[in-house]
Parts: sequence; structure tokens; C-alpha cells
Amino acid sequence: MTTVAATKKFIEATGNLAVAYAVKQVNVDFISAYPITPQTIIVEALSQYVADGELKAKFVNVESEHSALSACIGASIAGARVFTATSSQGLVLMYEELPVASGLRLPIVMALSMRALSAPINIHNDHSDFMSMREQGWIMLAAEDAQEVYDLTIMAFKIAEDERVLLPTVAAMDGFTISHTLQRVDVLDDEVVRKFVGERKARFKLDVENPLTFGPLALTDSYFEFKRQQHEAFKNSEKVIREVFKEYEKISGRKYEPLKKFMMEDAEVAIVALGSTVGIARIAAKKLREEGIKAGVIGFTLFRPTPKVEINETLKDVRTLAVFERHLSLGAVAGPHYMDIISSLDKKDDVKIYDYVYGLGGRDITTKMIVDTVKKTIEKAKKNEPMEVEFVGVRE
Amino acid sequence: MTLEYKPITKLSDLPEENLFTSGHRLCAGCGPAIVARLTLLATQEKPIVVNATGCLEVGSTLYPYSSWKVPWVHVTFENAAAVASGIVEALNKLASEGKTKEAPVIAIGGDGGTFDIGIQAISGALERGHKFLYICYDNEAYQNTGIQRSGATPFGAATTTSPAGRVIPGKQERKKDLIGIVLGHHIPYAATATIAYYRDYINKVRKALSYNGPTFIHVLAPCTLGWRYDPSKTVEISRLAVETKFFPIYEVENGSLKINFRVPKPKPVEEYLKTQGRFAHLFKPENRHLIEEIQKNVDENWARLERIEKAGPIF
Repeated sequence: MTTVAATKKFIEATGNLAVAYAVKQVNVDFISAYPITPQTIIVEALSQYVADGELKAKFVNVESEHSALSACIGASIAGARVFTATSSQGLVLMYEELPVASGLRLPIVMALSMRALSAPINIHNDHSDFMSMREQGWIMLAAEDAQEVYDLTIMAFKIAEDERVLLPTVAAMDGFTISHTLQRVDVLDDEVVRKFVGERKARFKLDVENPLTFGPLALTDSYFEFKRQQHEAFKNSEKVIREVFKEYEKISGRKYEPLKKFMMEDAEVAIVALGSTVGIARIAAKKLREEGIKAGVIGFTLFRPTPKVEINETLKDVRTLAVFERHLSLGAVAGPHYMDIISSLDKKDDVKIYDYVYGLGGRDITTKMIVDTVKKTIEKAKKNEPMEVEFVGVRE
Repeated sequence: MTLEYKPITKLSDLPEENLFTSGHRLCAGCGPAIVARLTLLATQEKPIVVNATGCLEVGSTLYPYSSWKVPWVHVTFENAAAVASGIVEALNKLASEGKTKEAPVIAIGGDGGTFDIGIQAISGALERGHKFLYICYDNEAYQNTGIQRSGATPFGAATTTSPAGRVIPGKQERKKDLIGIVLGHHIPYAATATIAYYRDYINKVRKALSYNGPTFIHVLAPCTLGWRYDPSKTVEISRLAVETKFFPIYEVENGSLKINFRVPKPKPVEEYLKTQGRFAHLFKPENRHLIEEIQKNVDENWARLERIEKAGPIF
């Protein structure tokens, strides 16, 4: 398997290879994963690093994703720094263990090359796997390109393992669009990364000298309190995530914020997206401005916990929104971004927000589609039309 | 972590402290509770225990109490072997760097978590060769959810999902050959046992932990509620299962099978069946032929084991 090596301060890497490189630099103790398109290259590259002695981790090649996350849970309770990667059906096969990893407060880091869920089977990108995780107690980060997924993977370990947090964390990228696209990725030196993330110090672990019981039966008199504590951990993580973003900026020069903002200073209409579409939305915003429409872009880097503060700040003066969802919440009134924004806004009476589902199963989204959708949004807002989910780029 | 095999000959060879403490919520006469107790008496070094969902897990760790004076973890139902895989390899890595202490790892699951829902994770873990011991405490049904049939429930037994009805007299399928499945992975040590023979079981646990590779023990552990007998009879019934050849006790070391209890004068299987309510319907005149069929299966199984024993190593 081809891996990447930094000869200078950058590597030429796909999103998948950038993740593998970050995981090597973070110096994980333990990896367990199962191959699935489009994530497979991450675990192939990590296997190669281990085989070449460049990464001194234990790599356990399991017989399913369910066992992959189970083995990661075991290793994490034993005190190891743990990584796994998956996509789509692999993630949903892990599903039973997702709330267990968070309920046991294990700082496992996962890379997700986002891919559509079956049926019909499809290997291309949308966010249906990622969005299905959102109730399971994982901190959720999403990258726009290979550079971001490299950076977010490193930061994910520092966030997850912080004693104030101790929550599993996923760093996601668009399958193929990012996972398989070659890009220049600026990288940090190994020592800088290692100093930044430090060593994992598990205060509670499987230790024969201090025997503890993990995963007991907790009934009506205690279960609720366990969940309340997880909620508290999420509250704490809001601060920790912002601290880690700032600290990372100091060592990398790259600025991360829960929400990415583009031309939002004087924007009258905002395009909201997550993942690689944010880049296309920037071009669309520029085109709209050429036509005299003051458009801006909001991109979610932090999806869970919901960046409520930033949503309120950013939308203070922009009250018309075109929300792009690469996920269809079947049977729901609107998609996850719409719901998050609406529920985050402290003042929502005058907001005109319209939800658009696009790009399912890897269907292309073009600048023109976004431009046209924004124009349509402005018209709808003028007429004060009620919100009804619309589809972009589908044959009706 | 590999331990030297030191067999016991008498009770006083065992440690005084019991690391599986009293006060748990398992039933009076619970076979699996005896398995847990004997297992922790057997281990020469404190082990880490991974417990699949089931009676033993639910009954021994009602928060904020725990019966386990060793590190213990429960994750979910089907993945004890996968969780153990992660623990073994992580411990190995961390211990080599002086960051943690090595310990033997024991995964323990009931027949549901082993024969059925957990079989894939077990197969994966055995194939990968992690150094751990998997113990299946077999009470021959999903007793935790209220006595539903499993792949380990014997032919003819009544459970709530294989009831003795007017048309169908209990479970119509035979018990899976678990050790046969396990041996397909060519692991260095696999054995059957039952709690009636504590010395045999304890020495098997010790022997299993002395092997450098995955090892497996299938221990019959009667369930007073599911099998429907008086709680005082658990050990007696365990012994009858062996004396009737219903549950043969043997071990397979590096592919060589050895029957540990030869049973020169085996009792008829009826002697075993009549002690348990789950087989009561078999004694009706119209079902009598099923007892004959069970006897035939028992004899054939014994003959099969003798053939394998005589033939020499199977791998």
C-alpha cells in the first residue's frame, strides 16, 4: 500500500491518506477497523505504517465493524489511545456500540468517509451515515477538504481525551470527493503533533491493582444520572473544543472555528452547508455578489455539540437562509441543519429559512444549482412562503 | 500473559479469598454463579474479566454494587470475544512500555452469547489468536430473558419459545457441537466441564491460562428456573449429566482429544431427564419414543468422541 511521507512541510495526499498520516503522528496505541469503501485506504495505509515499523500500534484486523468498535472499546478501557475508521453500512453495523462507547466515556477517535446508506446500495457520498450518529453521544466534526480532515483528526484526540470531556469523537469527510482527491496538505512535524496531543492518561482503566467494574447494570435509581453527566460532558466540550482550536492555530497557523464564515459581514442571504459543498458555496456566493445579491456562506465544522453561540452571532443580521442538507430525514419536517439552526436561534420570529435536500448517493451539486436555489430562496422569503423541504438536482 | 500450569489436588490448594463475592442477585442454586466463583478461585493471577450480557452480568453488577474484586467489564451481548481482543492487545502494548500491568484475560458468556449471537466475534478472535480464555457457561437457553430456546438447548427440552405443546413436544433441533466449531480454529486447548467436578474445572481453567494462545472451556451450568428443579439439586444434576453421558467431559490439547470421565457404568439418560421439569412432557406415553431418540443421540455422540480420541490428533 502506498503511504505518504513528508519531505517538506507538506504531503500530497488524499483525504484518506491525510487521516492515516495524522493518526501515525498522533502515535495511537491501538487500531481496529474493517475495510469498507470509501474508507478502506485509511486502514490500508495504517497497516503499512505498522508493518514498516513507522507506527508502533497494535492493529487488530477484525471480522466486522461491530467487532472493530468492540475491540476499540476494550482497548480504550485498558487505557490505550484508540482509533477506528469506517463508512456507511460499516458505521451502522457499529451502531449498537456507538452509545456504549460514549456511555462508558471512552475517548475513541473515528474517521468517517461519509457515504450513502443502503438501500439501494451506493458507494458515493452523502451525509446519511454521519447524520445517523447524531443521537449517540459522539462529538462530531466535519471537514471540507483533506487539509481540514488532517487537522481535525489531530485535534479530535486532544478534545476526546480531555478529562473535562471524555467523549468519543468522529472526524468526517465526504467520501470520494475528499477521501479520494489528491491535495496538498500542510503538515506539522511529528514532535509538534506529539507535544500538542500529549500522552493519553486514563484515570480509570482496567487495572488488576485497582479493580473497577465497567459497564454495570444501572436501573431507575441511577441510569438517568449517568446520562445527565454525559450531557454535562458535552457542555464542557463546548469550551474545550474552542480552546483546542485556538491552541492548534498557534502551532499550525490555521484558524478553526465551530462555524466557518465566508462573506458574512454584510451578507443578506446565507448559504448553509457541511463538507466539501462549503467550497462550492463560496464560489456560488461570489457569483451571486457579481449579480448584486449579497450572499455569504456558513459551513459547519462542529456539528455536535451544536454551535449555538456561533449560530446566534453569525445570523444576528442575516435572516434569510438557504440550508443545504446532504441527507434526507425521511418523515421529518426538515433536515438536521434546519432543525439545529431553528432550535439554536434565541430570536426566530423574523427568520426566513428554507431547507433543500441535495446530492444524495453522490449526485453532483454545481455552483449554478446553488446560485439558482439562493435566488429562489430570496423570492420565497419575499412572499413569506412557508417552509417545505425541496429537492435540488433530482428527477421528479 | 502466560501462567505456569499448577494443578490442584485438594480444596486447600485454593486461595482463601474469593474474588467473586457474595451478595449478588443471582438465584439460589444458580449454576453460572458457581462457574464465576470457581473461575476466580482457579486463577493464579488476578485476571481481567469481560462479561457478555446475560444472567451473570446482570446479577452480579447492579450499580453501585459489584461482586467482582477483579477488573471487570461488560459491553454488550455478542461481543465479549471482540472486547477481549482489544484488551489483550492494548495491555500487551501498554505493558511493553511499562504503562500498565499485564494480566490474564478471561471472556465469559452464556450459551446465547456464545453459541448464537456471539459466534462470529468468537470465531474472529480465535482465528486471530489472541491470548485469552473464553468460558461459555451453558445453561442451555436464554434464561436471562425468561427461558427462550438457544442453539444450546437440547433436543426435546421445553422452553418458552419451544414449548411442549399439543402438537410440537419441545425443541425439535439438536444442540450445536460448540467444541467442534471451536476446534475448527485449531486452537491449542479446548475443554468441556461441569460444576459438579470442581477440581476438573479449576485445573482446566489453570491449564487453559498456561497456553500461549486462545483457549476455550464449555462448562455446563444448570439453571434452576429454566430447567425446573429444586435449587438444592444444581450440583447433583450437573453430575448426573456426566454419569448418563448426556454431557461428556473431555479436553482437546493441541488437537488430541481425551475423555476425562469414562463412566464405566453409565446410567440411562432417563435418570437425568426425569430430574427436570423441562423434560417432563417426554414421559407421556405418546412422547416416550423421544427419550429413546435422546438415548440414541447420547450413545452416538459418545461413540463419536471415542473414535476421535482413538484416531489421534485431529490437527
